[in-house]
Amino acid sequence: MSDSGTTPTGVGAIVKRCEGLFEDLDFSAVKQWKAAHPGSKAIGYMPIYVPREIIHAAGMLPVGVFGGGDQLEVIQGDAYYQSYICRIPRSTLELGLTGRLDCLDGMLFPSICDVIRNLSGMWQILFKDKYVKYFDLPQNYDDATGGRFYIHEMNTLRDDLARLAGRPVTDEDLGKSIAVYNENRKAVRELYAYRAQKPWQAPTSEVYLVLRAGCVLPPEEHTALIGSYLSECEKQKRPQRDNARVILTGAFCEQPPLGLIKSIEMAGCYVVDDDFQLIQSWLLDDVPVEGNPLEELSKAFLHRSASTSSKYDEKKSDKGQFLLRQVKTRGAEGVIFAAPSFCDPALLERPMLQEILAKHKIPYTAFKYAENTGQMAPIREQAGTFADSIKLWSAA
Amino acid sequence: MNAVAAVKKEVVKEDAMLLQKELINRNYRELATAHQDGRKVAATFVPGNLNELLMCFDFARSLPETNALQNAMRKKSGKMVLDAERDGHSEDVCTYVKADLGMMLAGEKGPTGDPLPRPDVLLLSYTGCFTFMKWFELIRQKYDCETTMLHVPYQGDGKVSPSMRDYVVKQLKDRVIPTLERVSGVKFDIDRLREYMKESAKAEEDLVHVLQSAKQRPSPIDGYFGAVYYIGPIFTAFRGVPEATRYYEVLRKEVEDRMRAGKGPVTPEGDHPGEKYRLVVEGPPNWTSFREFWKMFYDEGAVVVASTYSKVGGVYDFGFRHDPDHPLESLAEYCLGCYTNLNFPQRIDMICRYMDEYQADGLLINSIKSCNSFSAGQLLILREVEKRTGKPAAFIESDLVDPRYFSAANIKNRLESYFQMIKQKRTAH
Repeated sequence: MSDSGTTPTGVGAIVKRCEGLFEDLDFSAVKQWKAAHPGSKAIGYMPIYVPREIIHAAGMLPVGVFGGGDQLEVIQGDAYYQSYICRIPRSTLELGLTGRLDCLDGMLFPSICDVIRNLSGMWQILFKDKYVKYFDLPQNYDDATGGRFYIHEMNTLRDDLARLAGRPVTDEDLGKSIAVYNENRKAVRELYAYRAQKPWQAPTSEVYLVLRAGCVLPPEEHTALIGSYLSECEKQKRPQRDNARVILTGAFCEQPPLGLIKSIEMAGCYVVDDDFQLIQSWLLDDVPVEGNPLEELSKAFLHRSASTSSKYDEKKSDKGQFLLRQVKTRGAEGVIFAAPSFCDPALLERPMLQEILAKHKIPYTAFKYAENTGQMAPIREQAGTFADSIKLWSAA
Repeated sequence: MNAVAAVKKEVVKEDAMLLQKELINRNYRELATAHQDGRKVAATFVPGNLNELLMCFDFARSLPETNALQNAMRKKSGKMVLDAERDGHSEDVCTYVKADLGMMLAGEKGPTGDPLPRPDVLLLSYTGCFTFMKWFELIRQKYDCETTMLHVPYQGDGKVSPSMRDYVVKQLKDRVIPTLERVSGVKFDIDRLREYMKESAKAEEDLVHVLQSAKQRPSPIDGYFGAVYYIGPIFTAFRGVPEATRYYEVLRKEVEDRMRAGKGPVTPEGDHPGEKYRLVVEGPPNWTSFREFWKMFYDEGAVVVASTYSKVGGVYDFGFRHDPDHPLESLAEYCLGCYTNLNFPQRIDMICRYMDEYQADGLLINSIKSCNSFSAGQLLILREVEKRTGKPAAFIESDLVDPRYFSAANIKNRLESYFQMIKQKRTAH
């Protein structure tokens, strides 16, 4: 897959381009990619994780669909959901029903919660001409059990996409795509490490947009974009503030509005780690390109992947360890639990994580949002108070 | 005297209902003394419950959803939910979970007032409901219980593949059974499992006859409110127990007698006043006002002839039976086939089939705030079923065990309008 785009220079220009991609609910970048690659297909995926390498190896563009954000007026989508269901399925349906996702030839719905699971079946009914797959992820982490099942799931996806592509997806194709995504993950890791080190140089409201561009750009282009952003960040010195260093967690599916991220930063917090788009950092290190590609992807998933609430913790002692490590390695001073309203995984997980943080004397605060939350004052106030209290405690 | 008080005064129960009540109460008594009797306690969920397997290790069995609903029917769950929310649990999440946590916070007394001991093992059958996983993680976090996970893949493609079945069987062999052996100190005996499964299959056969009796006019049973009692033993701690098999024999005979006599269902106020509307219902019932809810139906002459909730702990009416000749594979098939593990097209097909085979006048969806597994997307089910059957569908909202979400006046109004709609539709044809 070639890199057809040109990477803009200057932090402002890069961020502006990313913002354009983020705000474009018509997925023009996907359409442009398809126009530049006649006959090629694009496959959408929802949070939390799918092995994008398989889509890429089939010569297709993986496209992250993270709902409609705060700019989309949801009319048709609301007609399918009760008031007590989160917003991402309704805005995603709105995108589909208004033709904005027509450029996608298929959609993958990974196992994350019952709402997204059920949306997979709704998609089968409402978009009969599209490829739709519920992509099950194992909750058993033995190679011979969960691994075998997961490899079978991946093989089914590989065969399905090969049929769509009209050509086989070989191990060699997969190996090359794994290498491409290793580069992308490495760039994402570097971006996160840089932000943790100098959060004033790479504010989260920008980092978020740079990452979000990876939802619609080919991975090669996205990797280059991250590289450009990082080198441009170093050139432009920005003032360092006495902000509180916080981890933001719970926002792995329905995304907060950009204004909310900005509000947290304006309130005096440096977000030094987050779980906004976990797919991009889900696998924690490189996937070996030698050997059987699906086995290697499986091992990476089972043994070297991020923890989140939709993934089972085998032992009580495992609970919260990933978050504690994030706090320690990023030098965070507190944790913000930001969960979408009615998000079962995040909200059920929260009391367990809070208990663990309390035991470790790590301060936290919590609030809920929706992707179209418009009233930022209360959040700014809460985040500001939290940042102040951290500063007061650390000074004491 | 208000209507609710009147209902309380003269509750009529079939013999089978009384038997069922005795079974449930006996189980709570067994749980209360399990530890002093030297027995270990296992907790597991209704969908995908492996009762026969747990019995192989002599576990006393506790089902947290049943505990929550029993508390709700006894009007105890409201405080439990509030206590859990005060303890830090979100108002947005499942009230079964919060009622369970609230019950434990209040001193670990079960619905009958008997002590409910902490489980020695949590068998996390992750079947058809994401919340189950977090629920047992929460219990484990608080009470440090041993937990064994059985991940049951979802039927996303509308079928059970050999890979899915093998995955479940392998987990049973490599994880679940060794853990249960270790916790209980009892060695697994597959022949014992086969014996229990023979009992299960007999009971399942009788249950299907009972549920399918509703194809008759008038229906001798209510396939939702009445079925809740009928499924009690087989969906909980009694599938595979000879007493449960006998219960279903008695129940089947009772229902056949009613059929022969041309009688309708038994309601809490006696015989049904006469079948005017035949409905299929999708979604669990509300438990906090169960009898009041039921009364809204029979007062108007409505009978539920089939429901999806009565398949939540196992779909038996399309042929599945526990198979003693292939015990582990059969347990896997059972878990994979529970209603909430079916994908949307399968659920819609099933409802349309019920509408046809049970000659229903319409579909009613009781949408439960707590239960995303059932509820997310139900409005599409409503549209599709209306489109495919040409029959009217209606939508009401309530909750499982949170009394704050049962608005009797709203529900009654909606039901009355719906029955009017069915009537008008009939007149028009």
